[in-house]
Amino acid sequence: MNQQRKAVALISGGLDSMLAAKTVMEQGVHVEGINFFTGFCVEGHTHAIRDKDKAKPKRNNALWVAEQLGIKLHIVDVIEEYKNVLINPKHGYGAHLNPCLDCKIFMVNRAKRWLVENNFDFIITGEVIGQRPMSQRKNTMPIVAKQSGADDLLLRPLCAKNLPETLPEREGWVDREKLHDITGRSRKPQMAMAEQFGIDDYSQPAGGCCFLVDKFYTAKLVDLWQAQGTKDYELDDVMLLKVGRHIRPAPNFKLIVAREEGEGRFLQGYKKDYISLVSVSHNGPLVLLDGEPSAEDLFLAARITARFGQGREAEQVDVAILDKDGLERVVPVTPLPKAEIPKNWYI
Amino acid sequence: MIKETLNTRRLLCPLPVIRTQDKVKQLQPGDVLEVAGTDPGIMQDIPAWCRINGHKVLETRSGDHEYFIVLEVGT
Ligand code: SF4
Repeated sequence: MNQQRKAVALISGGLDSMLAAKTVMEQGVHVEGINFFTGFCVEGHTHAIRDKDKAKPKRNNALWVAEQLGIKLHIVDVIEEYKNVLINPKHGYGAHLNPCLDCKIFMVNRAKRWLVENNFDFIITGEVIGQRPMSQRKNTMPIVAKQSGADDLLLRPLCAKNLPETLPEREGWVDREKLHDITGRSRKPQMAMAEQFGIDDYSQPAGGCCFLVDKFYTAKLVDLWQAQGTKDYELDDVMLLKVGRHIRPAPNFKLIVAREEGEGRFLQGYKKDYISLVSVSHNGPLVLLDGEPSAEDLFLAARITARFGQGREAEQVDVAILDKDGLERVVPVTPLPKAEIPKNWYI
Repeated sequence: MIKETLNTRRLLCPLPVIRTQDKVKQLQPGDVLEVAGTDPGIMQDIPAWCRINGHKVLETRSGDHEYFIVLEVGT
């Protein structure tokens, strides 16, 4: 009897990777999913933080896809390793800070490592030639295969017929004739295939799979790097960029102002790591201060804090300033008038 | 009887799922693990992760912005 072959499928949570896995499963191959958490994935972080988003049903799409397919899913934390991909992408960035080609190479390479450790036979991705301008072009497909080290162990079931034969096809582990030849940006072939498989509920991320394609998010990341004077980050930085209003009145410090209660609760968790400010005479948001402020800066930060609370029109607001060691002092300030907060302070 | 506990407070999904996955790898079938967290997303994600990986959710509960899931490790 033929040995059942095993494939590891990169599952992003979108339709293409789901269809790719399904196509190969239909051929009797044992498939398990792998999903990489880079820190920038759009998986409900802001939903988890913001109260206003709580009403929306929230699910992790990769887990959901795996459940629909009836396969195991291995979620791998690659936060540390991913830093090098984002900070020094060999192939550069896309429209924002998205290093898509390096990212793909990295993920396929990690999948290859997983394959070796777990004794699997080949790798599946949902890539389609011409689907994405940076990472899914005809000439980038061999680059991903080669530079990831996966070479012909990498099968793209949705466009395999337009690519050279891979090992699983040559060995007869999968039948090339039953693979597909999708090209281009149209989603119609995928939607037809989904219908054929009886899949009617799937997520279709508009831009891409992560915050690195979001222009507002990446502007904050660029600002962080400029302020630090170096392109580096920790997971907490990445998380905090998703929360609150970010206001930079001077190069040496910025403020993160909670926009609502859920964000305030989330920012509370960071009070030991940052100076924090809150109005005590009136209701107002929790504000974190990131940087090294002078006494004057602190006074300005307190005035801005007062501006975002219910005392914004009051003559005087008392603002408590808590330093990282837990020492608190209360300063009376006049809220900064709206007109005195220039637009370019908002990051 | 709770044998093991895992604190994922302040972590946002999918990190609580990843920590649960890593912890379960060190346990034996039949062991019980209680996961505590502050991201309400764990109430969907950890049970989904359990279903696809053959573990059993024994209990879920929440209160005061905290969420708890008790699971039994499968084979
Ligand atoms: S959108 Fe983000 S996760 Fe997706 S390939 Fe590009 S950099 Fe990677």
